[in-house]
Amino acid sequence: MWDYIKLILLGLVALVAAIAADWGHDLAYKLHAALIMLIAGGMFIWQLRQIGETRAVVDDTGYMDDVVRAGVIATGFWGVIGFLAGVFIAFQLAFPGLNFDWGQPYTNFGRLRPLHTSAVIFAFGGNALIMSSFYIVQRTCGARLWGGNTAWFVFWGYQLFIVMAATGYLLGATQSKEYAEPEWYVDIWLTIVWVAFLAVYMGTIFKRQEKHIYVANWFLLAFIITVAMLHIVNNLSIPVSLLGSKSVQVFSGVQDAMTQWWYGHNAVGFFLTAGFLGMMYYFVPKQAGRPVYSYKLSIIHFWALIFLYIWAGPHHLHYTALPDWASTLGMVFSIILWMPSWGGMINGLMTLQGAWDKLRTDPIIRMMVISLAFYGMSTFEGPMMSIKAVNSLSHYTDWTIGHVHSGALGWNGMITFGALYFLTPRLWGRKQMYSMAAIDWHFWLATIGIVLYAASMWVTGIMEGLMWREVDAQGFLVNSFADTVSAKFPMYVVRGLGGVLYLTGACIMVWNMWMTIRGGQPVRVAPPAAPVAAAQPAQAA
Amino acid sequence: MADKQDIDDVTGTDTTGHEWDGIKELNNPLPRWWLWTFYGTVVWGLAYTIAYPAWPLINSATAGLLGYSSRAEVAQQIAEVDEQNAELTAMLASADLTTLDPDDPAHRFGVAGGASVFLANCSQCHGSGAAGVQAAGYPNLLDDAWLWGGTLEEIEYTVRHGIRNETDPDARWSEMPAFGDIFSEEEIGQTVEYVLSLSGQDHDAAMAEQGMVLFQEQCTACHGDSGEGIREVGAPALNDAIWLYGGDRETLIETVTYSRFGVMPAWGQRLDEDEIKAVTLYLHQLGGGE
Repeated sequence: MWDYIKLILLGLVALVAAIAADWGHDLAYKLHAALIMLIAGGMFIWQLRQIGETRAVVDDTGYMDDVVRAGVIATGFWGVIGFLAGVFIAFQLAFPGLNFDWGQPYTNFGRLRPLHTSAVIFAFGGNALIMSSFYIVQRTCGARLWGGNTAWFVFWGYQLFIVMAATGYLLGATQSKEYAEPEWYVDIWLTIVWVAFLAVYMGTIFKRQEKHIYVANWFLLAFIITVAMLHIVNNLSIPVSLLGSKSVQVFSGVQDAMTQWWYGHNAVGFFLTAGFLGMMYYFVPKQAGRPVYSYKLSIIHFWALIFLYIWAGPHHLHYTALPDWASTLGMVFSIILWMPSWGGMINGLMTLQGAWDKLRTDPIIRMMVISLAFYGMSTFEGPMMSIKAVNSLSHYTDWTIGHVHSGALGWNGMITFGALYFLTPRLWGRKQMYSMAAIDWHFWLATIGIVLYAASMWVTGIMEGLMWREVDAQGFLVNSFADTVSAKFPMYVVRGLGGVLYLTGACIMVWNMWMTIRGGQPVRVAPPAAPVAAAQPAQAA
Repeated sequence: MADKQDIDDVTGTDTTGHEWDGIKELNNPLPRWWLWTFYGTVVWGLAYTIAYPAWPLINSATAGLLGYSSRAEVAQQIAEVDEQNAELTAMLASADLTTLDPDDPAHRFGVAGGASVFLANCSQCHGSGAAGVQAAGYPNLLDDAWLWGGTLEEIEYTVRHGIRNETDPDARWSEMPAFGDIFSEEEIGQTVEYVLSLSGQDHDAAMAEQGMVLFQEQCTACHGDSGEGIREVGAPALNDAIWLYGGDRETLIETVTYSRFGVMPAWGQRLDEDEIKAVTLYLHQLGGGE
């Protein structure tokens, strides 16, 4: 019976998508409708052929790791795509000729830039978060993922979101809100996927075998719930037509700007900070083989971080139409946020207490430690840049770009690489990564790449900030905007080279993962039988 | 928290007694320096929100004890500069530019202010150094070849009303026909050879001879009998080495075939009188002022 309902639903989706592809008003919409038609049509045929067949029985006693394995591969894949896009647009800024005439308008900087940011944050970072949260929640709850194939729906649904977002940007479908560029139907799709993600995650926590919920899960849950709220509110918009991609925002003027940066800053706070702290709280103690440094600190910094971050958005709108009071609050909450952010760094670094020697011998731990160092540095730099006097210099300059990248390349990138090196051998039943020397190479290439990137952006950012505000004794402007652009050229080249090093490191990692996955015989074929309550009797009082 | 004592051997610290997938937690207290810095930022934050506009009320927000406002601050900074420059601004406003001595403080003030107006408004097309962009037909303002005249009055008129724009009825206006609709390809080629000969470039003499006839018929009304240009209609001189869009054969064929239609905005609609005066003075002293 259920099979027939599925058939009817898939058939309907394919039919509606076919009509939408035919009647659509713009290319992006038509392409996406055709894509959905093909997917739904393919699943319809597959479903039809399945009817009457006996199904292979799925062993659902162990951990559900196939979806995590797929997530590991997707993370590596999107990472390289995102870094490659970043390197290319970095050189487009240094050498504008790379905005090729033959590629207009699809390959110009304006369309590739959101492709880069979304690819690294949502495709690379998002896949890293989803796959590692699926891995962590199972291990720390001693329970298989809830909801059967829902986890697969989350994985594939999220990939579809990425593909629709990316192709939409290239074809000009964007609502022009930073980090929230996808148009209305892509947003609705992501909402559905995200609610399923929340359900799988919560369901697994509900059926956990452990009495307590591990700290990594607090952070991951805060990430999933808050991102859902941010996504829905910031994307409230009304489509111009159900058959086109264009939509109109519900908010306007400074309200829209404030909503956007409430979203934008908390995308950093809950996606790139809380979510990745969740990863950190699992992978660092596991790799170091040491207990988490302080349970108390994890409680206090968790709640302080969650409470404070949500107010910090207005610091993106200093000296604009935003009222002064909102600006003040944004700055004050950002500065109070400094210590709660550092709580995670302290807990991560101090977890190595008693295992510092591993820094010399274990390149994976080294990766995690440098990631925490960059986390600490950028969570100091952020509050500092939110101070109005500093912001009046740094705002709109490359300093902001440097700040973002020391966080993204240093913290998010390095902790994700560490997690991938941790997971790949375990998930494919290998003793360790194919080449430990390659991890060392990756570590140094990435670290030097980040240093080149961040240092060149500090120099050029502060330089252009000073040039913009330079006036002569009578208060007259000294530089034209174009003067500041041409002065930045050498630093743009250095930044691009930093990106090349970082990309090279990531390519080495993907090669290393590939060799690990295909090489040798698996040590153990099946994932370990799940739960383990025996090791942790529910004895607490 | 702990159910029983479970001491971590390496550090000798008590753990919380929990364990997840082999991960334990130490029962360390909050680091003191961390806690006190956190308290410090909270106290500072509260004090700051009392001093500055911060807490939203129903219809407004608390104004803060210091009475700070970012709009008032910028207005005050502008007022300070205006006051500092008041004397020079008044001198420039009342000065007759044609007789103003370059060593006069008002002249220097005007040039400095004009440079700033130029950097903010004009450099996008004419370049930061005013050398123009030939590929796009933005004229060089450093030389003494003027399309519409290089006296102070003529420069001011051009700045104020612009060229071939739709927004100012007094804009300077002229339009070269697209000779692709009038001449055959061969005739265009001949005309171009003649134009090349005017500026002493390599050319096909036989074709140029034919082209001269066409030029006399069609071009001299605007460009003058010997191609010296006529400023009343903004027609450039063709007998020198200075070219608005380029003087090579290929570019000339394109120009003659399709014509050109360079537009400049009417800056009188954007700049105030002082700014127009200043930028005129600045442009006039760049090198080619008449």
